[in-house]
Amino acid sequence: MTKVTLTVNGRSMSGQAEGRTLLSSFLREELGLTGTHVGCDTSQCGACVVHMDGQAVKSCTVLAQDVDGASVTTIEGMANADGSLGTIQQAFQDHHGLQCGFCTPGMVMASAALLAENPKPTEAEVRHYLEGNICRCTGYHNIVKAVMAASGQDAGGAVAAE
Amino acid sequence: MPKDGGIGASTKRREDVRFLTGNGRYTDDINLRGQAHAYFLRSQVAHGKINGIDTAAAEAMDGVIRVFTAKDFEGVGGMPCGWQITDKHGQPMQEPKHPILAEGKVRHVGDPVAVVIAETLEQARDAAEAIELDIEDLPAVVDMKAALAEGAPKVHDDLTSNLCYDWGFVEENKAAVEDAFAKAAHVTTLELVNQRLVANPMEPRVAVGDYDPWNDNSTLYTTSQNPHVIRLLMGAFVLGIPEHKLRVVAPDVGGGFGTKIFHYAEEAFCTFAARQLKRPVKWTSSRSEAFISDAHGRDHVTKIQLALDDANNFTAIRTETYANMGAYLSTFAPSVPTWLHGTLMAGNYRTPLIYVNVKAVFTNTVPVDAYRGAGRPEATFQLERVIDKAARELGVDPVELRRQNFIKADQFPYATPVAVEYDTGNYDATMDKMLEISDYAGFAARAEESKKRGKLRGFGIAHYIEACGIAPSNLVGQLGARAGLYESATVRVNATGSISIYTGSHSHGQGHETTFAQVVAEMIGIDAGQVEINHGDTANTPMGMGTYGSRSLAVGGSALVKATNKVINKAKKIAAHLLEASEADIELADGKFTVAGTDKSVDWAGVTLAAYVPHNYPLESMEPGLEETAFYDPSNFTYPSGAYGCEVEVDPETGEVEILAFTAADDFGNVVNPMIVEGQVHGGIAQGIGQALLERCVYDEDGQLVSGSYMDYAMPRADDLPNYTVDHSCVTPCTHNPLGVKGCGEAGAIGSPPAVINAVIDALQRGGHSHVTHIDMPASPSRVWAAMNAQ
Repeated sequence: MTKVTLTVNGRSMSGQAEGRTLLSSFLREELGLTGTHVGCDTSQCGACVVHMDGQAVKSCTVLAQDVDGASVTTIEGMANADGSLGTIQQAFQDHHGLQCGFCTPGMVMASAALLAENPKPTEAEVRHYLEGNICRCTGYHNIVKAVMAASGQDAGGAVAAE
Repeated sequence: MPKDGGIGASTKRREDVRFLTGNGRYTDDINLRGQAHAYFLRSQVAHGKINGIDTAAAEAMDGVIRVFTAKDFEGVGGMPCGWQITDKHGQPMQEPKHPILAEGKVRHVGDPVAVVIAETLEQARDAAEAIELDIEDLPAVVDMKAALAEGAPKVHDDLTSNLCYDWGFVEENKAAVEDAFAKAAHVTTLELVNQRLVANPMEPRVAVGDYDPWNDNSTLYTTSQNPHVIRLLMGAFVLGIPEHKLRVVAPDVGGGFGTKIFHYAEEAFCTFAARQLKRPVKWTSSRSEAFISDAHGRDHVTKIQLALDDANNFTAIRTETYANMGAYLSTFAPSVPTWLHGTLMAGNYRTPLIYVNVKAVFTNTVPVDAYRGAGRPEATFQLERVIDKAARELGVDPVELRRQNFIKADQFPYATPVAVEYDTGNYDATMDKMLEISDYAGFAARAEESKKRGKLRGFGIAHYIEACGIAPSNLVGQLGARAGLYESATVRVNATGSISIYTGSHSHGQGHETTFAQVVAEMIGIDAGQVEINHGDTANTPMGMGTYGSRSLAVGGSALVKATNKVINKAKKIAAHLLEASEADIELADGKFTVAGTDKSVDWAGVTLAAYVPHNYPLESMEPGLEETAFYDPSNFTYPSGAYGCEVEVDPETGEVEILAFTAADDFGNVVNPMIVEGQVHGGIAQGIGQALLERCVYDEDGQLVSGSYMDYAMPRADDLPNYTVDHSCVTPCTHNPLGVKGCGEAGAIGSPPAVINAVIDALQRGGHSHVTHIDMPASPSRVWAAMNAQ
């Protein structure tokens, strides 16, 4: 076991990790940040996407010991300072971009990385970028609408009432 | 004008806020003080005799608390099956024992053999590698027809064969059906495979068992769609724990699609082990483990025949299906190919004579049970494919052949020859709507344009019927169900007027916390924010059967309406007392009780406060308090229906199919939250397109699962799928439940596979490949290309 210290959502946090401990399980089990989800064991589903030093990564592909000192943003760090939903989160609610919520943290984190890279993506670019995130509930239609809306482009379709 | 609240409003989902901020509470997020971790060692062979299990080395390893094998479960019941089928000779199905851990033999890859409990998951996993298994390979049966051959290896040695049952429905009609075929002017025959699928909710299954020895109370936290069902099955049939000593909690659950209905061995194991060890025991499935331990879906091999007279009227249908049960009977497995499939074979049509034969077969594969639609997609796929094939053979328009044989709007209620009575529907209306929205009239021009680009364009149509809201308990009891199928709700009105609802339905993505609150808020005329929905915990919800088969609103919502009406009736009595008026004169509107024809009124909170602070209250004739429970047992199924249209382009060079447009026109009866209904349809269509074009669970001939991870099993991704155009403006309300609702959860998965395959065949036929009359799912590029190029 080795001590690993990360800056998570702006706060310094430490825990113990074995050589084989994945960042995803370190966040969940050691740091108690259970918003990051694990939906597969082959790095296919993307439920565990976080931002590490500004890059979107599947946290199940990262060994915790290897990233001692890194700065990590998880879904718990995506709301506005006053606790209200951030732009992407709000768009997901407005456009019904989630159902069971399990893939949602990874979807939001991947979408944030896309919009940081490409602030006005086309719908095809959104679909292509999110290829690494599997959702079994929504059929993606409303996720794509949500990301388009979050980018300030007309998403088309209905928007939820309050 | 869209409503901004109550029934019919696209109210934003309140549950989203916790999910979007990482504050959902899923089962794997639960960690109890002192918890130990379980790791299941599973069979790597499909069929084998267990000669020995040496756990000594594993038990000596760091952190290991105990290793369990089958011998630790003497006197413990096996996993129960909840539905008994009677075969065509009147005999009960063959029902093998299903132990928690394999006894004597392993019967599929993934069959659990031993469990290591250790302080950490890593220690448990390491120790499992030190267990020495002496398993002697036996020949496996994978193919269903081979499993039924004379001399085939038996999955269960104590059964007479691998045949679970041979079911005929309606057996009494068989001779008349044969006669109709003999007299038919035309018979269309289609043989097809409805391939095995894996449900794959994104949250893998988890079980956490806890035990309080001082009070002898057990608690199971589990990823379930129906915690009360798990409590009943596990308590009464497996572990012998009475309900008052057993609590089952299904907190936030990350998708179900059927596969989280069933009672699984891991749930019983963790509950049992926690009692043995007197500490919490947690198991979390990996995805690879899910592929070999979650019940699979579909897996039917079918021959269907449609008889028509010389005017193209359907005169009879007969089908013969082999249905894979896998190695053991999962909880509701026997009901899926029978009562959930045979009863739907009339579809939307007036076919007078139908005979359905189903042979259910044991094989050395993972058990198969309900997956989104459960039997109804299998029925719809056969029917809508054979009708399309018949239209081509007869040279008639597939739309017109359907219309000609539709049950017409003025013919409801309509009793089918397969034992169900449809209450309402208007199939011409949904067909018209779909053709309008999809611009079917403009298809020929679009096909011409595709042709210029060297592509083959096709349009596929499917019209489905679904039976939802299972079901009248007395009926399903006669059909072999070992459970009732009512639903429950408790409406607890608090003193200051807010309301706590406790429902037996369970939300794992459906949004009940929002929609159920919309219903109650509308009925009373208060803000939905005053209504809280609680579900998923047997400790506070009344006994209810949970969520599957698109039943939550139709059955659970009806219980909620019933309980709310009881509350309103009592509240009116209290209001009458407070207003010194006759109860008959009290009217409730917008959260206010008024004496009809006067300006005398008392608001909702005034009445609720009086109920709990009964200073001015008719105590001599009425109890204080305002809380009611209702159980609702439906008098019939509900019958949503709809027309689906799929437009594809096939690349003749590669066989690749691209979906250009997908249109759904559904009749769900009344709709509470259109946004959520549309989302349910989107998700169902995505799973149906996944089945049609991508997904296939593959075993090799030795029973090894070839598609055992997301590397090999093709889950639909964002760029595999189109946008969907969905419409639910055709409304024929259900006549036998108070909301007039029908259910929308499975429709998409039922209607879309035949629409997609019909479109692919249409494209190939139009492109001159007239020899291609069928392609089995998934219509992958290689299959499409091979079909086009077969001579």
